[in-house]
Amino acid sequence: MRTATVSPPKRRRWQASAESAAELLIRICGISAIVFVFGIFFFVFREGASFLFGGFNAHEFFLSPEWYPTSQSHVRYGVLALIAGTGSVTALAMLIAVPFGIGAAVFISEFCGPRLRESLKITVELLAAIPSVVWGFIGLTVMNPLIMEMFGAPIGLNVLNGGIILALMSVPIIVSIGEDALKAVPDSYREAALALGVTRWQLVYRVLLPAAKSGLLAAVLLGVGRAVGETMAVLMATGHAVQIPASLMDSVRTLTATIAAELGEAPVKSDHYQVLFIIGLLLFSITFVVNLTADLIVRGIRNK
Amino acid sequence: MVNLAQAWAEAYAQVDPVVSVEVSGGGSGTGIAALINGTVDIANCSRQVEAQEIEKARENTGKEPREYMVGYDALAVYVHKSNPVEEITLDQLAEIYAEGGKISRWSQLGASMPGEADEIIRISRQSNSGTYYYFRESVLGNRRDFKLGSRDMHGSKDVVELVSKTPGAIGYSGMGYAIPEVKVLRVARKKGEKAYAPTVENTLNHTYPIARPLLMYTLGEPSGPVKKYLDWILSEAGQKIVTESGYVPLPKAGAQR
Repeated sequence: MRTATVSPPKRRRWQASAESAAELLIRICGISAIVFVFGIFFFVFREGASFLFGGFNAHEFFLSPEWYPTSQSHVRYGVLALIAGTGSVTALAMLIAVPFGIGAAVFISEFCGPRLRESLKITVELLAAIPSVVWGFIGLTVMNPLIMEMFGAPIGLNVLNGGIILALMSVPIIVSIGEDALKAVPDSYREAALALGVTRWQLVYRVLLPAAKSGLLAAVLLGVGRAVGETMAVLMATGHAVQIPASLMDSVRTLTATIAAELGEAPVKSDHYQVLFIIGLLLFSITFVVNLTADLIVRGIRNK
Repeated sequence: MVNLAQAWAEAYAQVDPVVSVEVSGGGSGTGIAALINGTVDIANCSRQVEAQEIEKARENTGKEPREYMVGYDALAVYVHKSNPVEEITLDQLAEIYAEGGKISRWSQLGASMPGEADEIIRISRQSNSGTYYYFRESVLGNRRDFKLGSRDMHGSKDVVELVSKTPGAIGYSGMGYAIPEVKVLRVARKKGEKAYAPTVENTLNHTYPIARPLLMYTLGEPSGPVKKYLDWILSEAGQKIVTESGYVPLPKAGAQR
């Protein structure tokens, strides 16, 4: 009897403390993301800070295409050509990936049967699981000779090659998030539209796409983020040449590839080393702005 | 050469953990200055010490500097197998690679290439590799920079591989990286002079222009740990690191001069 009366409150107290411990753990997990983001920003900033506030020439940095970090006579740190490289490859990748990705998402979510849908989803996920160095390898060994032969280009490592590779890497993200966004549109919308006698195309174009707008936009912007931040594949596929591209057949070099190629051999704390970290900050700012605009647009749509 | 010295020092820590090899860089001049002042056991440099520098070292330290050749740095110029060009001069290389250089088409070198391959595709190295530095120093001259827009590869092997796949390409890389799919050009110092292929013999007798010996100097006859270290560097294990660092090892016999 005595044990029976004593044990229940004891057990409840234990349960209560376990409950609060679990709550704390989850809270830490949630906050850790913020801590990590600010931590990374802080350390990248700290590595580049002393050059950023002394000797850093912002005018040259943003407006000069001349990247001569180890020149003996005249060191120049202009990243315009690198920004143009990242911009051109990303833009081409999105031009290819957005229609394909959204189209595939619409097909998987609205048009195909359940068996085909499952196999398509698994295949798309498989596409997302291919490591970026393998994509780079494909760019180097498969796409390079193919582009040289098809377009008569002197070299196949160029904007077109990098853009196609990046598009293939971004499509799976756009498809899977886009499909989720379309799935999230309530079935009552579809039923109501069909009851009004719309065709399937009208259903997609007039009802589903507007209803899933914010989710689809998020899908596209995550694709952009993937393309801007990708390093290994573009390092191998774009030819790694510092120049502002005049056509799709020109080789370029991206911001990320420059950091990857040069950081290992830049003496620690040298100006060159610090400029590479400033490029890191620039990339950080680009992705931050992309994400922020996405967030603001999504919010704007929601409030309407 | 500092990366090679560093690689040796790191590997030697495994061979003889008691001896610690400290390496500091700054170019060949730094090494020679330290030798003259007698502040180092071994001075590494990739140019020969001049007679007056030897004299100075003798005066300062009372010891005779001794020279050891420990490997070579030789860059070969590679083009595609189908390229009709067989030889090239240093001036032509500078016009192709240097900022403001005027050669951008193979036809300017008198070679007829099919269609779009006439454009010279310059393949270079990332801007802080030793190969990049040495090519700039020996071909462009130290005050000139590379033309922008070259494809900057991240490894010696990648340069040769890309050349093998690109009909209009030219690239430079260590001579040890030659593969059957590319052509190695003979290089002449000046127009009208004889062009030489990058071989061990031509490197040895200084006829090939883009090559230099890698040297180590000691003051007097080395002894104890310094001698052991030098012997190890000239041994098969030490020479293997020369190859791994992208330089050319000594021929099997006659390592010492």
